Amino acid sequence: MTDTEFLLWVRGPAFSAATFIMCAGLVIRFLEIFLLGRKADLAEARGSAAAGGFRTLFRRSIPDAGSFQRSGFTIVSGYIFHIGLFIVIFLFVPHILVFETVSGLSWPGLPSNIIDATNVVTMIALLAVLIHRVKDPVMRMLSEFNDYLVWFVTFLPLLTGYLAFHRVALSAPMLIGLHILSVELLMVLFPFTKLSHAFTLWMARWYNGAIAGYKGVQS
Amino acid sequence: MSKDKTLGETLQERGISRRSFLKFCATTASMMALPPAMIPVIAATLEKLRRPSVIWLSFQECTGCTESLTRSHSATIEDLIFDTISLDYHHTLQAASGSAAEQAREEAMQENYGNYILVVDGSIPGENNGYSTIAGISNKDMLLEVAAGAAAIVAVGSCATFGGIPHADPNPTGAVSVSDLVKDKAIVNVPGCPPIPAVITGVLVQFLTFGLPELDQLGRPAAFYGNSIHDRCYRRPFYDKGLFANSFDDEGAKKGWCLFKLGCKGPTTYNACATTKWNDGTSFPIEAGHPCLGCSEPDFWDAGGFYKALSIPTEDIGKTAVYAGAAGLIAGAAIGASLRARKQSAVKNHERVTIDDLDQES
Repeated sequence: MTDTEFLLWVRGPAFSAATFIMCAGLVIRFLEIFLLGRKADLAEARGSAAAGGFRTLFRRSIPDAGSFQRSGFTIVSGYIFHIGLFIVIFLFVPHILVFETVSGLSWPGLPSNIIDATNVVTMIALLAVLIHRVKDPVMRMLSEFNDYLVWFVTFLPLLTGYLAFHRVALSAPMLIGLHILSVELLMVLFPFTKLSHAFTLWMARWYNGAIAGYKGVQS
Repeated sequence: MSKDKTLGETLQERGISRRSFLKFCATTASMMALPPAMIPVIAATLEKLRRPSVIWLSFQECTGCTESLTRSHSATIEDLIFDTISLDYHHTLQAASGSAAEQAREEAMQENYGNYILVVDGSIPGENNGYSTIAGISNKDMLLEVAAGAAAIVAVGSCATFGGIPHADPNPTGAVSVSDLVKDKAIVNVPGCPPIPAVITGVLVQFLTFGLPELDQLGRPAAFYGNSIHDRCYRRPFYDKGLFANSFDDEGAKKGWCLFKLGCKGPTTYNACATTKWNDGTSFPIEAGHPCLGCSEPDFWDAGGFYKALSIPTEDIGKTAVYAGAAGLIAGAAIGASLRARKQSAVKNHERVTIDDLDQES
């Protein structure tokens, strides 16, 4: 297989397979959660479930002072790499073209040098959280294989993207192919690991807020 | 023109000044990214060179590579260098035809066995030898016969190097490249559709001066194919700034912005177009407003569409997502129903613990 054939394979059958697994997997995971059902709350509502749900969606994104004092590093590094991932994934023009192909929606991108710099900062933040996870005794005890796997498949597309952008060591078709393949690995594992929080997070937050809202408790 | 005369003597006879010759050597050295100190070495080696015999075989091709070379410019020094090489067989350019032409090839092979350079353009049919023959000899047989006595082989054009357009899907003739058939000879690949004329002559000069050049993993001389079009493109700053043409006639196209969105294959294509350019350094496709097609890379004809951006998947992902959603709904409903049944069963079978039970245990 030449480098060009490899690139065509990852852009073609491999990407289709990864898309299929990710989409089907996400639908399965959602149905698994929804179809379990919840007992009807027979108590009289003392507030609005919807208002509490939507408020919590927003409020849980802002750390309170106590959390910040206890876990300042986790919060700051977490914000940096999440915002970095958003910029790198959604504001790089070659990536926007992929989303446009699938959804028909397009939006302006950022200059590639800004994306490159953001990518480096994001990788540093991810390395920092990994070091923190390994060094901190509590974090280390709580971590299992899946946590390291999720970190690895998140970090890999950033690293291969950096190598492809700067054309380090291998040919350009091979580097771009490896970058796309690393994204496909992420897509395949997405529904079946903690990465699925990117989707389930919103309904979990809403549900927590909705329970509190129904009871008339602020959350 | 006598084969015994050196290139220097022949150039002198033809009235080519030493200044022009050195200028050619300097240009070639520059293209190969060699230091200026190498210019006298190239000049001295070429001047002493006696006309090596070259046999040029054309198989499944469009003659574009020969056109590129011969129509580059009239009376350039490259032409004269080529005159000075003894081009003993080239069925498009030679005056002889039929059995006389084949006789010329056989004589050249006998006289220079083990020392001649074989240049090939065009792919070779692999399915059925009858798809392409010359004087009743199949392309494959002729290639293997001539390659056996060659000092080295230069595969010119994407057809000879990677199969090219004849190799494109569905490849009706089963076209293969020179390197697919010849395994025991040094092969220099000079891909392109067609290759830049100055690169073809440059490769020959490099070979005659320094021997076999440094090749990349696809057998291309690193001196000419060491950089991607993207990295040397004058429109690269627009890519970096995020300024792209969205169509061939929009404001971005008029302003000369990057053609990535229009399918430019510059980021994955290695060639000298952006630096050496065409028509005596006048321009190259991107400068003329068209995206690079990636013609010096393998399978360029089938590489996901000329006008599709490199980052876009080649298959219909939207349709795949819809099918995946439908499959997920069915599988998810089945799994969800099974989990719900388990939950209900667990609730039903739940044994209540009474105070009496606790008392008994304690």
